[in-house]
Amino acid sequence: MKSFLPSLTVAVAMALGTPALAQQSGGTLNMIVQPEPPGLVVGIWQNAPTQLVAGDIYESLLRYDTDLQPMPSLAHDWSISDDGLTYTFHLHEGVLWHDGEPFSADDVVFSVDVLLRETHPRLRASLVHVDTIEAPDDNTVVFTLSEPFGPFIGIFEVGTMPILPRHIYEGTDFANNPMNATPIGTGPFRFNEWRQGSYIHLVRNEDYYLDGRPHVDEVYYHVIPDGASRAVAFETGVVDVLPGGSVEYFDIERIMALPNTCITDSGWEYFGPLSWLWLNNHEGPMADVNARRAVMHALDREFMRDAIWAGRGELATGPLSSSTRFFDEDLPSIGYDPDLAREFLAASDYDGQTLNLLPLPYGETWQRAAEVARQNLIDVGFNVNLVATDVAGWNQRTSDWDFDLAFTFLYQYGDPALGVARTYVESNIERGSPWNNVSGYRNPELDALWDAAAVSTSEEERQEIYSEIQRRLIEDVPNAWLHELGFPTIYRCNIHDLVTTAIGLNDGTRDVWIEQ
Amino acid sequence: MTRSPLILAWRRFAQNRGAVIGLAILLVVVIVALLGPTLMPQSPWRMVGRPFLPPLTDGALPLGTDAVGRDVLTGLVHGARVSLMVGLVSTMVALLIGVPVGALAGYFGGWVDDALMRFTEFFQTIPSFALAIVLLAIFQPSLFWIILTIAIVSWPPVARLVRGEVLSLRTREYIEAAILSGQTSLQIIIRQVLPNALPPIIVLASLMVATAILLESSLSFLGLGDPNVMSWGYMIGAARTVLRTAWWLSFIPGIAILLTVLALNLIGEGLNDALNPRLQRREE
Repeated sequence: MKSFLPSLTVAVAMALGTPALAQQSGGTLNMIVQPEPPGLVVGIWQNAPTQLVAGDIYESLLRYDTDLQPMPSLAHDWSISDDGLTYTFHLHEGVLWHDGEPFSADDVVFSVDVLLRETHPRLRASLVHVDTIEAPDDNTVVFTLSEPFGPFIGIFEVGTMPILPRHIYEGTDFANNPMNATPIGTGPFRFNEWRQGSYIHLVRNEDYYLDGRPHVDEVYYHVIPDGASRAVAFETGVVDVLPGGSVEYFDIERIMALPNTCITDSGWEYFGPLSWLWLNNHEGPMADVNARRAVMHALDREFMRDAIWAGRGELATGPLSSSTRFFDEDLPSIGYDPDLAREFLAASDYDGQTLNLLPLPYGETWQRAAEVARQNLIDVGFNVNLVATDVAGWNQRTSDWDFDLAFTFLYQYGDPALGVARTYVESNIERGSPWNNVSGYRNPELDALWDAAAVSTSEEERQEIYSEIQRRLIEDVPNAWLHELGFPTIYRCNIHDLVTTAIGLNDGTRDVWIEQ
Repeated sequence: MTRSPLILAWRRFAQNRGAVIGLAILLVVVIVALLGPTLMPQSPWRMVGRPFLPPLTDGALPLGTDAVGRDVLTGLVHGARVSLMVGLVSTMVALLIGVPVGALAGYFGGWVDDALMRFTEFFQTIPSFALAIVLLAIFQPSLFWIILTIAIVSWPPVARLVRGEVLSLRTREYIEAAILSGQTSLQIIIRQVLPNALPPIIVLASLMVATAILLESSLSFLGLGDPNVMSWGYMIGAARTVLRTAWWLSFIPGIAILLTVLALNLIGEGLNDALNPRLQRREE
C-alpha cells in the first residue's frame, strides 16, 4: 500500500495534465529586467529594458502572433481600403487610463501625430507615408496614407507605437514631464513602485477592459546587475523568469538542468535579430566580390552556434531572418565550405593584406565568436587582425568605415521595408551611424526593387520582388550573414502563456497565469 | 689560487636552495618558450577538438580543450613565449628609462636631481595598475603598447634605486681620482659608477620581470591584452566566465603564472645573496 500511494498521485497528476488545467488567478510573477531602464514611459525612452517593463503598463492598437499576423489589442477591429491608403481602427469601449480618465481616439491621434512624431525616430520614418490621422468619433481612428506602404499594418506594436495619455502630455515638455516618474497607461498592470537599483513593482489593474485579465496579482521586475548573480537568483527561486539576455549562454545548460525549468526561443519573431559581419565594400580587399564570397563560405557558423551560442538560434540563410515576412527559404546556399572559399579567394584580387576584424564589444561571448571567425578566415588563407575596441570605439570605427570586417546584429521589425532595406540601399550610405548601410553596398537596380516592393499593395508582388532581392544579395554577398540569434526566455514550467506573441515578454504579462 | 668573482657569486647563489629550484623552473619555462612553438607549430587559436574536453581524457590533447575547442597545452606553450617576452622586454625598456634618470639625478645632484626626482614621483603617486589601464585605454591594446605601458609604469623604482647607489658612490675616492684625471662626466658615469651599482639593479630587474608577467596577465584578464596573442593572462580571462563549469581552464594557466613568478622571486633572492657586497666582504 505504501508503495502504491505515490504512483497513484502521479497518475492523478497526469490525468489532470496541462490541456485540462483551468487558468488560475492570483500569484506573484518575479522577473528580471536587465539592465535597469532609464525610464518606463515607452515612446519617450526606446531602450530594450524600457520596452520589457512598459509592455505591462502601455498598449498599442494591435499585437502580432508569432507569424506576424495582427491581433486585437486596444483596437478590437480594423480594416484596410482596397487602394491600400486608408486604415480604419475600431477601439475598445470603456477603456480607462490608470488614473481613471477615459481613454479615447483623441489619445491615439495625439500620441502618434504629436508626441511620438517628436520622440520616436524609427516611427517617424514610417509616418512619412502618412497624410492624416483623424478621430471621426471617440472609438474610431483613421490613418490616411499619401501612397501605399506595404509594411504599414506591422507598425502598431507597443514598442513602435505606444498609446500615451493626452491629458497628461498635451502641451508639456514630453521628455521632462514630471509624470514620467509615475507612468499612466491603459495596460493590464499599474505602476506601483520603483526602488532604484532593486526592483520595479507593478500591481493588477482592477479596471482592465478584458474580463478576467490579468490573472496574476503583481509583477516584480528585479534589477540584478551581474549575470552570474542573475543565474543564482533563478537557482535560488528569487526570480521565476529570465528574459532573453539575462544570463550568459554558457550558463544556460546548467540552469536547464534544474527541475521545473522550461525554455523558449519564441517571442522574438517581430524583431528577427540577425547577426552578420559588415564587409567593407567601400575600399580594401572586401570591395572584391570574390573575396567577400570567400569570407562567407569560410565561416563555420554551425560550430559557432553550437560552441558559443549554446546551440540556440539558427544559421542565417541570407539577408532576411526566417521570421521576417517575405523570407524566401529556397535560396542558393551560403553554407560552410572551406574548399569553395579557397577557390573564391584564389579568384579574387586578395594578396595577403591583413584584414582588420572588429568584434562586437558586448562581452565574452561575442569575443569568442570573433576569435572563431578569425581562425576560420586564417584557415582558408586570409590574414586577420582582431582589433580590440570598447563600445565607443566600435561605434566610431563602424560609422567611419574604418574596418574590413565588423560584427553586428540588427532587428528587422517583421518587414524587409522596415528593418532590412536600410542596410542595403545606396540612399542610406552616410558616415556617422553604425546602423545604416555601413558596408557601402551600391546596386541601383536593387534600390529600384526595394522602392517598388515598399509601395506595392499586392502581397504576391512583394514576395516576388523580395525573393529576387534576396537571390541577388546572396550573389553579391555585401555582408557575411551569420545567425538568427536566439534570445531564449527561461522560466518555471508552472508559469503558463508567458510568451504568446511575436514580441514575447515585451507585450506584457496580460495572459500569464501561474499553476499553484 | 684566485677564484674569479663570478664563481664565488655562483657558489653563494647555489647555497640558497630555493634559488636553485627557482632557476631550474625558469630554465624549463625558457626552454619551453624557445622550443615549444617549434615543436607545436599549430596555432594556439585553432579549434582542434570538441569544446570543454577535460584534461587527461584524450592522449592527443593531454590538457583538454577550452570553451571553443582550442588545445590548452598548445596555448600554454605559446603563452610561455609571450609572457616571458613581455616580462623581459618591458624590464629592459624600464631599465633604459630608469637607469639614466637615476644616474643623472644622483651624479649631478642639485636642480637636476630635484627636477628628475619630482618627475619620477609624479609617476610614483599614481597606482601603477590604474595608470597601466588608463594608458592602454588610450593606446591600442597591442603587444607593442602593452610592453611600453608596463615599462612606463615600472621604471620609477629603478630610477630611485640607481640614484641612491650613485649618490653613495659619487663621494668615493676613485671617482674623485677619475675627475682629476680629466674624464668627462659621461665617461665617469658609464665606466666608474654604473658597473659598481650593477648588483642591486640586477636583483631588482629579476623581480621586475616577475611583476611585468603578473601585470600583463592582469591586463589580459581584464580584456586589455592583445587579442591576437595567446598569453596566460588571456587564457585565464577567457576561462573565468566558465569557472563554475570548467575550473581547470583557469587553473592550468594560473599554475603556470604562479610557478614562473615564484621562480623569478626565488632567483631574485639568490642573486641578492650572491651579489650583495656586504656579504662579499664578510666572507673575504
